[in-house]
Amino acid sequence: MASGETDARIEALNRAVAAADDKTAAFIQALADDAVKFAGDKVLLIRDGKGYDPVTGAESVVPESAEDVINNNRMRGELDLALAVLKLFSNDDKVRSEAIKALQSETDEARLPLIDKALAAETVPLLLEQLGLVRAAIWLNSADRVKRLEAARLLARSNSGNTKTALLERLKTETESDVRAALEGSLRTVEASLAWGDKLGAIFSGISLGSILLLVALGLAITYGLMGVINMAHGELMMIGAYATYVVQGLFQKYLPGAFDWYLVAAVPASFLASALMGAALERSVIRFLYGRPLETLLATWGISLMLQQLVRSIFGAQNVGVENPSWMSGGVQLMGNLQLPWNRIVIIGFAAAVLLAMAWLIGRTRLGLFVRGVTQNRPIASCMGVNTARIDTYAFALGSGIAGLAGCTLSQVGNVGPDLGQGYIVDAFMVVVLGGVGQLAGTVYAALGLGILNKFLEGWTGAVLAKIAVLVFIIVFIQKRPQGIFAMKGRSAEA
Amino acid sequence: MSAVLPPEGSVDLEPSPPGGGQGGGAVAPTQAPTPALTQRGRGTSLLTGKGWSAFIIVLIAVCAVAPLLNLVVPQGSVFHMSDYAVALVGKIMCYAICALAMDLIWGYTGILSLGHGLFFALGGYAMGMYLMRQIGREGNYKSDLPDFMVFLDWKALPWHWALSDSFIATLIFVVAVPGLVAFVFGYFAFRSRIKGVYFSIITQAMTFAAMLLFFRNETGFGGNNGFTDFKRILGIPIATPSMRMVLFVLTGLTLLGFFLFARWLIASKFGRVLQAIRDAESRVMFSGYNPLGYKLTIWTISAIMCGVAGALYVPQVGIINPSEMSPANSIEIAIWAAVGGRATLVGPIAGAFIVNGAKSWLTVTHPEFWLYFLGALFIAVTLFLPDGVVGLVKQLKGGSK
Repeated sequence: MASGETDARIEALNRAVAAADDKTAAFIQALADDAVKFAGDKVLLIRDGKGYDPVTGAESVVPESAEDVINNNRMRGELDLALAVLKLFSNDDKVRSEAIKALQSETDEARLPLIDKALAAETVPLLLEQLGLVRAAIWLNSADRVKRLEAARLLARSNSGNTKTALLERLKTETESDVRAALEGSLRTVEASLAWGDKLGAIFSGISLGSILLLVALGLAITYGLMGVINMAHGELMMIGAYATYVVQGLFQKYLPGAFDWYLVAAVPASFLASALMGAALERSVIRFLYGRPLETLLATWGISLMLQQLVRSIFGAQNVGVENPSWMSGGVQLMGNLQLPWNRIVIIGFAAAVLLAMAWLIGRTRLGLFVRGVTQNRPIASCMGVNTARIDTYAFALGSGIAGLAGCTLSQVGNVGPDLGQGYIVDAFMVVVLGGVGQLAGTVYAALGLGILNKFLEGWTGAVLAKIAVLVFIIVFIQKRPQGIFAMKGRSAEA
Repeated sequence: MSAVLPPEGSVDLEPSPPGGGQGGGAVAPTQAPTPALTQRGRGTSLLTGKGWSAFIIVLIAVCAVAPLLNLVVPQGSVFHMSDYAVALVGKIMCYAICALAMDLIWGYTGILSLGHGLFFALGGYAMGMYLMRQIGREGNYKSDLPDFMVFLDWKALPWHWALSDSFIATLIFVVAVPGLVAFVFGYFAFRSRIKGVYFSIITQAMTFAAMLLFFRNETGFGGNNGFTDFKRILGIPIATPSMRMVLFVLTGLTLLGFFLFARWLIASKFGRVLQAIRDAESRVMFSGYNPLGYKLTIWTISAIMCGVAGALYVPQVGIINPSEMSPANSIEIAIWAAVGGRATLVGPIAGAFIVNGAKSWLTVTHPEFWLYFLGALFIAVTLFLPDGVVGLVKQLKGGSK
């Protein structure tokens, strides 16, 4: 099995697999890992630099003349498959599930006896079904008409892209009419289920984009929606949050490399605080002098945004900086054959929901929220009631800025962190707030999710840039129809 | 005024005093017309006597003195106006037209547009298409088609390039395309009574969407790179000093023409209604006026002015690309008007010269400080100088009296 022509080796491998025990498995694994040497007709397993006899397991000396076993790509593929087959008999559910996945593209009938054996031994229903599908895929090319028919029928339950390819391949060569009909029927079912997977995928990435938009827009919903301040520097406050995350990451790398996976937990409050402090400083120094003059506020905050960008460039350099995902955020959940949900997206959706709830609670249930709403609705009366309106303004603005910082921390996990991070999102964020209706948290939520999903669906259809343009045009047209957004406050003012 | 201008003139055109004088000349009429604006109710003439004399001095400076100093005076002389100065002043005069247009819509009607860069770029693109066709077969690929189309492997001109080889059609497009876009957009926006910040934000969305559109290669406007490498205009080589001077004089005349036009416009009944809309739109409506027509007209006029400025800008600068449509550029136009002083006509022109003069000086000497400066300018002007430089000058003069 270790030396000679590839064909001969594959045959030997298959014979060994058919009559496998633990030692064969270990040997094949070693072959796949390039840990086998041979000298003459003697084969040795190499482990930790020592030689072992593969059959008896006894330690033996590695001769000077021992050569490495060379595996070409075909041999490697065969070895992997052989391992997968052997793993089907593992006691660990996870190992078995992985083995089944590896076997999905297998079509060789020689594997059938083993798969049958594994099927008989399998007890987990989900794995049983998947294994059945693997067997059906092999049956598909069987010479037996009945088996082919059965396979075609069974495969309708599958939802993987591989099955679709296999069915299409077989349709090309199939001659029996009833098998053809069954094949076509299954193909349609599989295609429908694949289409579902695609649609769900688009909805998921739409929700994921929407949750990012929501985080970006929530801060604006406070500063613009509640306070009426057009903050063009909102994007730069996000950028500060992202850079705060970067700094925290750097500190963890330097002082706490062991806890690196948990740096995000520290980065969340850090980014909130950094942006909130900056926001409070801006409110105290510039914005408070411009209340009631929205257009001037717009220009002044634009100026602030330019200065903040340049400040970051001076400190961190004009290049993007790298922020790594912690390991627990990589990977994802496989829901269907063609639908994988990445963990970082799921975490972001959960985070956005948490921030939203926290904010709804803060605005709706706490004393600070009460004051903010009071000052928004009627400043002089609130002032008469003993509310320090100037201080409330600062707090509210700092809160909105802090949420922008959280959004920046989130964005650092999915995109580049650079001085113009905020610029890319500021137009979108204003669109969300305007579309949702000023002063309406619920409107902001619907608008963010709606825009996210709409964008992703159009993207699948027309490409990213055209989708973006279409969404902008949609918003422009929509605002013509409903200038006050989805959830307009009802009033009778002539200014409305 | 004189307190402000010399540093601007000297930063802007260091080696050439005439250039400085020229910049000063362009702004000089302030002294006359601004007091006039407050004192004169409905004047019979556009400018006062002093205003006219200042205007004529600027006219002579642009049409006679500048060409003379650039083309006739030998290079070594202190009075020589360098080609760099000609290009810079020419460019800034284009910006000044934009600032003037912005002033009409923002200063006098109270509508802040953050999308004027789009109209500027549309005018520029219309002119750029013509200039691309004028290259003829002298491009890198020796083809009848512009280089970028050969590069994209296109076989024929797309439909929207149909009339681009005619200069007359181009002149029409320069006016019609921005005008039409503005008219359609404005009609829907003003009809549904979108105003204030909402309007500003959707104009920003408009120019952002257009920028994304023009960045695509498939749109047929050269994508990322836009148009460049122009060779000639009307069959005459474009890069010669005399051609540059012609464009310079043309730009100056256009600026002065638009200045007179704007002056006439705001003094007319139409202009009074605009200002009434700015100050109290509801009352204007209650008095029986429909603001839609007024707003739409001034919005379209303003867009056309920007388009013309863009068309004059492209042959002088030699390149047009989609970044002209970026929201940042449009906001900068607003700051020119704000720095100079809104609701005065000379102010925005002065503002364009001050800001861009400072820009071309700072980006050369201290590139890292330019954004700090611009940002600080935005903040300082809104906080401390709501009436801009012109307002400041007026205040100083009032104080000294």
